[in-house]
Amino acid sequence: MIETDVLVIGGGPAGMNAALASAQSGAHVLLVDKFQHLGGQLVKQTHKFFGWAEKGAGTRGFNLAKRLSEDVMNNDNVQILLGYEVVGAYRDGTYLAASWSDHITIKAKKLIVCTGAAERMILFENNDMPGVMGAGAVQTLMNEYGVLPAERFLIVGSGNVGVILAYQLLQAGATVDAIVDVLPKLGGAYWVHAAKVQRLGVPLLLGRTVLGVYGNSRVESAITAKVDEKMQPIPGTEKRHDVDAVALAVGLMPLTDIFQMMGVKTVYVPELGGFVPWHDECGRTTNKDIFVAGDAGGIEEATTASIGGTIAGLAAANDLGYQDNMQAVKDNLEALSIFRTSSLSKKVLEGIERMRGELNA
Amino acid sequence: MDDNKVIICRCEDITLHDVRGAIEDGYDSWDKLKRYLRIGMGPCGGKTCRLLVLRELSAIKGKPLSALYLRENVIRPPLRSIPFKALEKEAHL
Repeated sequence: MIETDVLVIGGGPAGMNAALASAQSGAHVLLVDKFQHLGGQLVKQTHKFFGWAEKGAGTRGFNLAKRLSEDVMNNDNVQILLGYEVVGAYRDGTYLAASWSDHITIKAKKLIVCTGAAERMILFENNDMPGVMGAGAVQTLMNEYGVLPAERFLIVGSGNVGVILAYQLLQAGATVDAIVDVLPKLGGAYWVHAAKVQRLGVPLLLGRTVLGVYGNSRVESAITAKVDEKMQPIPGTEKRHDVDAVALAVGLMPLTDIFQMMGVKTVYVPELGGFVPWHDECGRTTNKDIFVAGDAGGIEEATTASIGGTIAGLAAANDLGYQDNMQAVKDNLEALSIFRTSSLSKKVLEGIERMRGELNA
Repeated sequence: MDDNKVIICRCEDITLHDVRGAIEDGYDSWDKLKRYLRIGMGPCGGKTCRLLVLRELSAIKGKPLSALYLRENVIRPPLRSIPFKALEKEAHL
């Protein structure tokens, strides 16, 4: 049994910043991650981040992960538990973390959930055929393990993930037949990224969906079609793509099982990616001892996850009485609101507003 | 699109056709569908299929998604399948 002030689940940008903020306030922190290394999704981000220099903009994701994890490892107040997944949460503040060979029970006064998100799947014929994979899975194989899982790709989804993946695939020597998106305009991708892959010859086919993938034992081709305003495929607009893989970059959904296990109120907010735990501006849920930060509380990106993690970590230590962090919380909230003034944050802000309104619904 | 060829729950190999048929037969909530079809009971614990199934249910029943999910769905430990030997042995750090 490990006893701690603050248990942080997930060692991505939100979790590492949350752990640091609580630890620097004097609280003992246990940071648990199911993988053997810290960093979360940052470790496979080979591109440079936009945003603010002080929050890591201009730095490549994996370097940001390295820098943050060194800070975490060098902090004496943070105990790190790698290779364990928190699979049980009980209402008396006890948690069960398991590896494949043993388990550890944890007793914590505060919990900060930074479990991130899962990739969405979509429905089309033969969608479980080998060669159909999440865009994140392709990035893990390619950028983390150095394995190119196929040679000719069709990418579904024109958000940042899909567009950046297209560029990385080209860099790795694969071909990208096209990026398709069911919506009539470019998804959430930064325009400069989208323009770059188009200059490199990757067509962006908007208003088009995947009907199915076909092949003997793995993907040999994919069929897409245009959709009408009700998102229904239009007969006669089918197009065949000779590819051996289809990468799905159709969005992420928050991983919220722990909240549901703990009886924390979750609400369905499409702008935030699905079900999210109701939370206040510090990430405090309907259970005052449980916080959320990062994508688990609503799909956004690494910079806002980092700031959100810092805020939750400061608030948790503040609530435990370690030190008065209210001014620091305020400063970080200010930073967050400035970062969210870009048009890409409009949807997230609407989602947050909708979520806040649902407390008494 | 042939819904017999569309997989909605990869862990338990359940098709869109299976889910639509079960909803027609009166299995009209996530919990009932889970017990009847085993959707969401494989290694991923429903992380992939839950939202897809709820969307289908929402479309067929004409109810908003949040109304289908609240309260009735209690998630219990363990969140993913773990070997018994892991429960047997407590590690000490």
